[in-house]
Amino acid sequence: MSELTMKQSGLATFLGRLGRSTLRGCEQLGDATMLGLHALSLIFSKPWQGKHFIIQLYALGVGSLAIIVITGAFTGMVLALQGYYTLAKFGSESLLGAGVGMSIIRELGPVLGAFMIIGRAGSSITAEIGIMRVTEQTDALEMMAVNPKRRILLPRIVAVILAVPLLVAIFDVVGIGTGYIVGVELLGVNPGAYMAELVAKISMHDIYGGWVKSVVFGFLIGMICTYMGYRAVPTTEGVAQATTQAVVISSVCVLIIDYILTSFFL
Amino acid sequence: MQAYRRIEMTVGAFVIVGLLAISWLAIKVGQVGGLGESGYSLIANFDDAGGVRKGSDVMMAGVVIGRIDSVKLTNNDHATMMLRINQDVKITEDAFASVRTKGIIGDRYIRITQGMEDENLEAGGEIEETESAINIEDLISKYIFSGKE
Repeated sequence: MSELTMKQSGLATFLGRLGRSTLRGCEQLGDATMLGLHALSLIFSKPWQGKHFIIQLYALGVGSLAIIVITGAFTGMVLALQGYYTLAKFGSESLLGAGVGMSIIRELGPVLGAFMIIGRAGSSITAEIGIMRVTEQTDALEMMAVNPKRRILLPRIVAVILAVPLLVAIFDVVGIGTGYIVGVELLGVNPGAYMAELVAKISMHDIYGGWVKSVVFGFLIGMICTYMGYRAVPTTEGVAQATTQAVVISSVCVLIIDYILTSFFL
Repeated sequence: MQAYRRIEMTVGAFVIVGLLAISWLAIKVGQVGGLGESGYSLIANFDDAGGVRKGSDVMMAGVVIGRIDSVKLTNNDHATMMLRINQDVKITEDAFASVRTKGIIGDRYIRITQGMEDENLEAGGEIEETESAINIEDLISKYIFSGKE
């Protein structure tokens, strides 16, 4: 008899724990959406945050340029190398350009680009905002009648939404270019065939797909990383944990949303 | 202030590089406003389009001179294609259009052979002489089953 009640209470604790974490997850999701959308809605009202936006675009966009160029370059190179050896088995090396271009524009550009931006810019957003919370800078702003959502969150979210598509486009071009160098210069694919097949096989639809993805990823990264920093537990560990979580959650979200976007819309 | 000016300029350069990359993708790779926009269109009717699609090439003497704008079924029995031909290419009134294949398993395209007439086709004109796709399976089955009757 007592064993049965033990089991029941074990089940009850499990259910209770599951329910509690589910509710907390929903709460956080709602909180993040409300916070992000509220911050974004401030874009339509004065005072404009032009200067802060430019500074953020510099820190997040220009700052991520080098890592994006390096990642794009090596992605294009390795795709050309791998693609060449696979295609050479069927004697269709001329399709190399189409293969490299298609994979970079449709998938690798947006996804790998987003990962790099999460690592480079997203983590710094969370850490920066988190430390502002710890040192009570946001409260100080509020004391001076400056809305911290407008001053801190809005420029960062908008800068990321704008920077990701630009960086992804640079990633795409660099990847296609280095793929060309490896394919044509090192492996001896016909230079005309590389570009002609690339242009022939890739339609505007594929390129739109890449753009849509990169804008959505930018939105996601901006929302998640600012939320994580803004709602971080205001301690040293809290900020560290929030930064880790921001990187993990945004990366996972990017992969999940990528699949959903690809299967339903593009 | 000086430092902020430099930041502004760097950001401007970054945005321009990004936009250049986007427009290169759109114009060069995606072919926005490319062959599809300029040129004039012709009509051709085929008994069998043989898998030619929108965007397939139109070639003359092995050179791409245009693209297929649309392929649709007419009167429930034959295919009507809209051909978009580059502006500077003139096609004679008795030209001959046929569906061909690049290589053995390659894409289908339309080959146009010039005729003998001096008159050229106007925009919206029809290429009347057409030859349908050669279907290798049909040829083989004709060959195999022809002796069995």
